[in-house]
Amino acid sequence: MECVFGLVGNGFAIVVADSSAVHSILVHKSNEDKIMVLDSHKLVAASGEAGDRVQFTEYIQKNVALYQFRNGIPLTTAAAANFTRGELATALRKNPYSVNILLAGYDKETGPSLYYIDYIATLHKLDKGAFGYGSYFSLSMMDRHYHSGMSVEEAIDLVDKCILEIRSRLVVAPPNFVIKIVDKDGAREYAWRESVKDGAVSTA
Amino acid sequence: MSRRYDSRTTIFSPEGRLFQVEYAMEAIGNAGAAIGILSKDGVVLVGEKKVTSKLLQTSASTEKMYKIDDHVACAVAGIMSDANILINTARVQAQRYTFAYQEPMPVEQLVQSLCDTKQGYTQFGGLRPFGVSFLFAGWDKNFGFQLYMSDPSGNYGGWKAAAIGANNQAAQSMLKQDYKDDMTREEGVQLALKVLSKTMDSTSLTSDKLELAEVFLSPSGNVKYQVCSPETLNKLLVKFGVTQPAAEASS
Repeated sequence: MECVFGLVGNGFAIVVADSSAVHSILVHKSNEDKIMVLDSHKLVAASGEAGDRVQFTEYIQKNVALYQFRNGIPLTTAAAANFTRGELATALRKNPYSVNILLAGYDKETGPSLYYIDYIATLHKLDKGAFGYGSYFSLSMMDRHYHSGMSVEEAIDLVDKCILEIRSRLVVAPPNFVIKIVDKDGAREYAWRESVKDGAVSTA
Repeated sequence: MSRRYDSRTTIFSPEGRLFQVEYAMEAIGNAGAAIGILSKDGVVLVGEKKVTSKLLQTSASTEKMYKIDDHVACAVAGIMSDANILINTARVQAQRYTFAYQEPMPVEQLVQSLCDTKQGYTQFGGLRPFGVSFLFAGWDKNFGFQLYMSDPSGNYGGWKAAAIGANNQAAQSMLKQDYKDDMTREEGVQLALKVLSKTMDSTSLTSDKLELAEVFLSPSGNVKYQVCSPETLNKLLVKFGVTQPAAEASS
């Protein structure tokens, strides 16, 4: 089942998500990228109902892009997080989206930051956070091993510890994970952790 | 003949002009003047008070300076009742932005949203345009201190020094002559008062005909909007030599 987590290190933030597309007891796909590059310096890792997740994160992405086109300046990570929360809060009393979001970003003035936004529009600024069944294990690992000012190597080591714990302790553990990073140079994919390869799709 | 096109704000005259918009600008030309100056450590707004009846009891200390948000203020020239409507929409816009993003609204976006409203009244029929020009002074984290001027057509632009209201052309050319880059705020006040003293009709400047407001950063780094008290303003007028200290003693 779904595992999304992230943490803030020294000059960067990392988010990790499982890559399983699951319906009932079936795994349809194990290379689904659940981390969206929101703009040049923002990442959105989302879990929840698959359709809602794609619809809502794209809606936020397009609105953040529109803001940038209109005003010539990008939204800060804090502003984007508050905007996202506002959209979820308005939708909550109409036709709510079932999406949980970890938003990581890097700003010149404030450095890296991580925001936790759940489907009922709770917003928290955190150093480390997690959603889904994996959170029981990844939060415990991060509570034990996280410290402020971690280097990229230390952080990736901690991420691997979390993934190992999820794989060994969670009954319904997903096989594959994607890791993305954002720092002063922008948001990008960092690595995959795969224990199962998806078969190549033959062309029709 | 051109009268045929006067009554409709949204119709071009055969010469390609919008008369109602031009008349609105004419109306502002008769209103009390206001001058804004951008300095390296703040923005200065100076305004000429037209209503000086001793019987008039105003609730606010200022007549033509309004705080829009913690980081933006404006000076008005034109029809005050029109201005009140626009100031209200500007304040609402600023709060809406803060509600959505939990951050102060960038100054230019605020000016632009207000000018969009103004523009609408020059295009959508049956109504007259707003007879108001604004000077906006503000600070934001992206572009620091800024000064904007807007007119009834909905045009706006960023300026280092600008004048609206009566005699604005004379004031503008004086500002062009005397403005220097990287002036301090105090030098900005001095220049604004000097220019206003020369372009105003009245012979001697006193604090009851003037108002002065400043937007600057406090030592703690917060944006501050400060209106100058009449006593301080009188002292400034004497200090900069734009009025006679004797006039004060004799009164």
